[in-house]
Amino acid sequence: MDNMVISIKDAVVSYREDVALQGVSLKVRKGEFIGIIGPNGAGKTTLLTVINGLGKLVQGQALVLGLPVNERSGIKLRKRIGYVAQVENIDPRLPINVRETVMVGRYGRLGLLHRPTQAQWEDVDRVLDMVGVAGLAQRPIGHLSGGEYQRAAIARALVQQPEIFLLDEPTASIDPQAQREILSLIQLIHREYHMTTLFVTHDLRTLPSICQRLILMKEGKIWQQGSPGSMLKEEILSQLYGAPISIPAKAEIAF
Amino acid sequence: MDFSILQYQFMQNAILAGLCGGITCSIVGVFVVTMHLSFIGVCIAHAAFAGALLGVWLGFNPLVGALLFSLVSAGIIGPMADRGELNPDTSIGIVFSLMLGLAFLFMGMIPGSRTEALNLFWGSILTVSRGNLIFLALVTAIIAGLAVAFYKEIQAVICHRQVALAVGIPATLIFYGILFSTGVTITASLRSIGGLLIYSLILNPAAAAYQLTYSLKRMLLIASVFGIISCWTGLATSYFLDLPSGASIVITSSIIFGLATAFSPKRKLKRWQQAQLTG
Repeated sequence: MDNMVISIKDAVVSYREDVALQGVSLKVRKGEFIGIIGPNGAGKTTLLTVINGLGKLVQGQALVLGLPVNERSGIKLRKRIGYVAQVENIDPRLPINVRETVMVGRYGRLGLLHRPTQAQWEDVDRVLDMVGVAGLAQRPIGHLSGGEYQRAAIARALVQQPEIFLLDEPTASIDPQAQREILSLIQLIHREYHMTTLFVTHDLRTLPSICQRLILMKEGKIWQQGSPGSMLKEEILSQLYGAPISIPAKAEIAF
Repeated sequence: MDFSILQYQFMQNAILAGLCGGITCSIVGVFVVTMHLSFIGVCIAHAAFAGALLGVWLGFNPLVGALLFSLVSAGIIGPMADRGELNPDTSIGIVFSLMLGLAFLFMGMIPGSRTEALNLFWGSILTVSRGNLIFLALVTAIIAGLAVAFYKEIQAVICHRQVALAVGIPATLIFYGILFSTGVTITASLRSIGGLLIYSLILNPAAAAYQLTYSLKRMLLIASVFGIISCWTGLATSYFLDLPSGASIVITSSIIFGLATAFSPKRKLKRWQQAQLTG
């Protein structure tokens, strides 16, 4: 039990009249790589927001990194949790460049009234180099392609030095080549840093092969979970998505 | 041209009011323009105007009324825009029309001469008092000081609010700080620029600077310079051509915005975006 970093019990989350999570319980061990799949509206993103304290629990409890998740602990927790969402549509005129955007990841930990040091800027440059966008450091963030933007978002999360890494459909809305590169990068990062990682997707072709456990969500509940080998079966997936699903060839899902 | 006018106290006050108003309006303008909150700012400006008119009607300091109304409206609009219970445009539009209605109601209730109310309407930088100038200078120092002290948090929130929230920055606090700063700035500039025109001085210099740079620090600097130029040019035009000062300031700032847009390097973006879409 000591190496349990996430422990959620009977979590219920609702947005006005819609119940997004209905009594979800989940335990995650330190260093695990978990894939979360399910149709749109299954509660996948809401589950991630419960973990980083942005989702308000109506019922149930969540313990993350040893802290009970509530409004008071939320900010403390988010400083220790990296979050990468899907590509957002941002204003190309925004007055901030890639290097500054990546440094934003560090601002929470730095705290109010503290300026980043030269060493911290050097950390940013090193991480930008690692994710392959060092050459774009001075470019306005709104001028990046979808794939480049996601690399910068991953760099931002790494600069944060998180203990948990939440990825919410990071490969949605980007081209297949960029998808493959982002997935390789995510797997490389997991191998190097051993962070507890939760990866949400609704597209089976973008499920990293490094996944140790697969959680299947449907209608705000954890419908089934197990090893990828036991879950990735046509019969199970067809029931999950409510439509006939054929398993993509291994080459298509293992990047 | 006779510059002996600069020796007079009222002109020195006006020049200093232009300097402070130009800087503080431009700083909050940069935050509001970058966050695409222009309509929220217009709404707060009208709330301040309504509050000031309430003060004139009931006989207390109009700036106290302006401050209260602008802060309360910011406190109402913020959650309405954030929670999405109504479309933000709809909810802000309702508050905006309510404030405008209250402003006209209070105006109608003021007995006798409405000179003071009309001064709040149009603004008069040439008649700004020492007390008002000190208040404006104090607000400018506080807003500029906060912008420097919390620069990194402000940059994160105005450019990437959701990300700022996700990395543990008190993004909601900073967001409300920006809304309240807008209210305080409007209150402090109300007498010199006027309730109807103040918002143009917040919007135009910042929007002009937005056309010219991708650096937030440079944008703050350029917007402040544009704000000061707008105030001083408007002031000179007003004095030498005997035109209303608030209107002169706003027209000058609009011309600066037009020029900045015409010569903006970001116009190339359109071609770049088209290439992205077709490529």
